[in-house]
Amino acid sequence: MPKITYIEHGGREHRVEVPLERSVMRGAVDNNIPGIDADCGGECACATCHVYVDDAWLSVTGTPVPGSQEASMLSFAALAQPNSRLSCQLKVSEALDGLIVRLPEGQH
Amino acid sequence: MTAPLDAPADIDVGNLALDDFDVSDPKLYQDDIWYPYFARLRREAPVHYCRQSLYGPYWSVTKYKDIMQVEVNHQVFSSASELGGIAVEDQPKDMDRPSFIRMDPPKHDEQRMVVSPVVAPGNLANMEGVIRERTARVLDGLPRGETFDWVDRVSVELTTMMLATLFDYPWEDRRQLTYWSDVAIANVRSPDAPVHSEEEKFAELTKMAEALGKLFQERAQQPPKFDLLSMLAHGEATRNMPFREFMGTLSLLIVGGNDTTRNSMTGGLMALNEYPGEYQKLRDDPSLIPSMVSEVIRYVTPVIHMRRTAKEDSEIGGKEIKKGDKVVMWYVSGNRDPEAIEDPDKFIIDRPRPRQHLSFGFGIHRCVGNRLAELQLRILWEEIMQRYPVIEVMGPARRTYSNFIHGIRSLPVRIPA
Repeated sequence: MPKITYIEHGGREHRVEVPLERSVMRGAVDNNIPGIDADCGGECACATCHVYVDDAWLSVTGTPVPGSQEASMLSFAALAQPNSRLSCQLKVSEALDGLIVRLPEGQH
Repeated sequence: MTAPLDAPADIDVGNLALDDFDVSDPKLYQDDIWYPYFARLRREAPVHYCRQSLYGPYWSVTKYKDIMQVEVNHQVFSSASELGGIAVEDQPKDMDRPSFIRMDPPKHDEQRMVVSPVVAPGNLANMEGVIRERTARVLDGLPRGETFDWVDRVSVELTTMMLATLFDYPWEDRRQLTYWSDVAIANVRSPDAPVHSEEEKFAELTKMAEALGKLFQERAQQPPKFDLLSMLAHGEATRNMPFREFMGTLSLLIVGGNDTTRNSMTGGLMALNEYPGEYQKLRDDPSLIPSMVSEVIRYVTPVIHMRRTAKEDSEIGGKEIKKGDKVVMWYVSGNRDPEAIEDPDKFIIDRPRPRQHLSFGFGIHRCVGNRLAELQLRILWEEIMQRYPVIEVMGPARRTYSNFIHGIRSLPVRIPA
């Protein structure tokens, strides 16, 4: 099973296995990793599963398509950066085995 | 225009013809008798067409998942003021007051981004201390062993203080902000509304915009500060708003910044009194407060509905929606949908996934101040539980005559001596 590393804003690391086809958001929620709220439950409708993708992984995850629902929700997220993604939109695959994401100071 | 039909409290909803359902009647919310209407709609006509109402024909969307579908499809379901805006009742054409909640992208996005930093996580951390200190002071000043109005002494007082801080408004005049908030949401057909015609409402909100406009002008001349008026005065997308847009924007920020939180502050205390077992759970384990806060916001559902207008033919829950149709998302109903939320009619302070509710809306118009509202409520309950393990509700609440804001006007309570 692919392993994903979530790093909390305070620096605490969580390395967990997440089943294929599950979202990176779901992986955090199912493992009780603090810092992902996921208020909308994965509908790309709230921006409270915001993560920063480690730069080395950006070419694999890609960035949101301009004009997409994810891009417009992210544009309202506090503290969004060029490597920001909504983790509910990242589907776990073999290619993402080893992915590292960092969590923002707060979800908004 | 005909007067709204007052629904008698003892009506048998089960025998009423679905064609006759009109859930836009404000009386349903004032008398708190809306539950069986929506229970039946969710079961038998989850996307329901009301042919005739005081506000014209409209669609009701009553299930959680269908509401979510409308929320995320702002390309089709517009909030634009020109098409009628965000409430089942249009603002009169010659008196309409646009604001970013009543706009679609891109203008919506540009204006929203001007104000959102004030309620972003970094600034909330800065505000926590002052909110806690004020909350403690207000609670310490409450009488013991006598009945008083929780709404006026606590809910209005605390949210008005917050509003004065957000606007950096003269402290001693802060209740003016509350008055304007009440005017902005008033249903002019209600005898106890602060204004009794759309013209009177427009005149009062003009006074609001003039008073705040003076401060706006002053702040435009000063270096930028971190308050809403200064941010609007310096924001590229907001510094040159036409007067009616300025009025609309202030109304939005004032109502959004206090009224909804006010009603959650009151509704939470009512819910705990309705459910003594949950109140006891809270006393036994105050670490449940964050989860309870989300549950209060769901259970209270401070905004009853939001409306959209279809910009093209579409479909919701198998029903054909025509271009130009009015589509009403009933948050009160989606938050009671048993397919999305287990035991939705019960108030349960430690339910799983308490954050998954519709009260803040979803999509690009999701409540910008939602984290501030949660912070205020969390601090309120933390400070209450340190002082008063019991606050008793002594009589019925008086509710607002509105199909839009789920308001509680007064609530008699007592803190045991």
